[in-house]
Amino acid sequence: MSVQTLAAQEAQVGLSGEAGELIEIRWHGRGGQGAKTAALLMGEAAAGAGRYIQAFPEYGPERMGAPVVAYNRISMKPISLHCSIENPRYVAVLDTTLAGQIDFTAGIPDGGVLIVNTGWTPAEARANLGVSNPTIRVFTVNAGVIAQETIGRPIPNTPMLGALNRVAGLIDLDSLLTSVRHKLELKFRGRPEIVDGNVEAVRRAYQEVQGE
Amino acid sequence: MAVKQKTVAESHAITGNEAVAYAMRQINPDVVAAYPITPATEIVQIFSNYHADGLVDTEMVLVESEHSAMSATIGASAAGSRAMTATSSQGLLLMHEMLYVASGTRTPIVMPVVNRAVSAPLNIHCDHSDTMGSRDSGWIQLYGENAQEGYDNLIQSIRIAEHPDVMLPVMTMTDGFITSHGMENVFLLEDEEVQAFIGGFKAAYPLLDTDNPVTFGPVDFTDYYFEHRRQVFEAMVNAKQVILDVAKEYERLTGRSYGFFETYRLDDAEMAIVVLSSAAGTTRFVVDQLRKQGMKVGMLKLRVFRPFPATELVEALKHVGAIAIMDRADSLSGEGGPVGAELRAAFYNEEKRPKAVNYIYGLGGRDVTIHHIESVYKDLANILETGVVGPTVRHLGVRE
Repeated sequence: MSVQTLAAQEAQVGLSGEAGELIEIRWHGRGGQGAKTAALLMGEAAAGAGRYIQAFPEYGPERMGAPVVAYNRISMKPISLHCSIENPRYVAVLDTTLAGQIDFTAGIPDGGVLIVNTGWTPAEARANLGVSNPTIRVFTVNAGVIAQETIGRPIPNTPMLGALNRVAGLIDLDSLLTSVRHKLELKFRGRPEIVDGNVEAVRRAYQEVQGE
Repeated sequence: MAVKQKTVAESHAITGNEAVAYAMRQINPDVVAAYPITPATEIVQIFSNYHADGLVDTEMVLVESEHSAMSATIGASAAGSRAMTATSSQGLLLMHEMLYVASGTRTPIVMPVVNRAVSAPLNIHCDHSDTMGSRDSGWIQLYGENAQEGYDNLIQSIRIAEHPDVMLPVMTMTDGFITSHGMENVFLLEDEEVQAFIGGFKAAYPLLDTDNPVTFGPVDFTDYYFEHRRQVFEAMVNAKQVILDVAKEYERLTGRSYGFFETYRLDDAEMAIVVLSSAAGTTRFVVDQLRKQGMKVGMLKLRVFRPFPATELVEALKHVGAIAIMDRADSLSGEGGPVGAELRAAFYNEEKRPKAVNYIYGLGGRDVTIHHIESVYKDLANILETGVVGPTVRHLGVRE
């Protein structure tokens, strides 16, 4: 399915429709790749667009390279759930080398979406990651390469944020870029090249994400 | 007069700790003395950024332990200043000796506490063992469900603590990591609104008023100690009306309503869960789901645990057939947790009372899921159907 078609469908059933009042997202990465920051940036961008949101990491040992999981809830209505997310509609994978120890598709409902940071095509990703449920839709984007080229370091979180928003039809690109710029300017005061690089990374991944 | 509710686009996406630190900046206390501990560290870390940026007039005292943090805060408060600190878990335990000094000395300190399990084994995640262990220390305790309530409770606490009928310290709780590190939409007041709401602090008997010398912390033996402790009891009783009055005024400012507790679909409920803090949010969700299936379920979310609103709780719950009282702390009496014990005691002299069971849940951050809450309502349905209460203390979500 093309990215455009899915994004249009998701926008229908998603935040504005009846079927998916509550959107749940799970982010997989390793310590240092920014999975938690991606969830926070997603939350802030969605809140800026008038959504109720939650963004929270699953706290474990805080080490570079250790598996990290982070989550988002996004809704048109206030969110009162405070448990972890078991059935995320969207799962973003920042690092495919986690595949041996983590089942990325765990809990994804039928019709859910897996977005992977990789140079593989979506079909290759489906085969290599063993996505057995045919109703799960797989998308790929080379977020590490985009980050290397735009930020100068292979930190894939912001490009993955761009790809996810494109696929899920959540926040329009301009609002997303404005929100990311605002948040990163607070975090990286006096280092505009990092802010610009990340904003460009979001934009490129938004455009380059591939569907099957 | 109803206040116009803000739209979600006017909210800020921030974490519980950010919300609490933001409230502390708006309160602009005279003195903050603190020592870091996960998961409360960020509160003082963010506040110290405000301090470094010149956004507060606070004198910050970075001390070598939580015992010293509370000691310095008591000293600052006795001197006549508005004094605050923040802590969690082992930090609160290390303060324990000084908590009683704060209440007995009648210093109106306000302290956000981020709830965390206590050692051993070592655990940084949420449960309520830390503050439940402080329940007899003479501090008012307010528990918040989410970042918004952490923010709102902290601002209201200044008024409650400093009220002349109360003059007791207040601790306001948020759940460790779940709330403290989770980002949510929070509606923030303007700085001027907070300042106008809390007003200035003028201590009745400041230690530094050398024209009117007073003694703090004297020896007080069999002659007057009992009378002074009795006054702490009176102050805690007085706090009930003050908490309600402050909440009313806060509602006029914000449109957000607070009391001793919140009831949710409780009026016609046959079964109810009594719960505090973040798990109440998940319970509210489950109530809606089960109501759709025709089950008459409701919830009571306790906000104020000290003073304990026994009469009001009895009034709110006496019509319910069966209740499950949730404790994220174990008193290790072998008979359940603190909320379970006190709520059941409140019903002792009542002719009409619900059947009650007490659940220990979520210790050390164990997730409390939709399925867990559903299973509790199913247990209650079973009790109503069979008339058999069964085990009165149960453990939810633990491996047997």
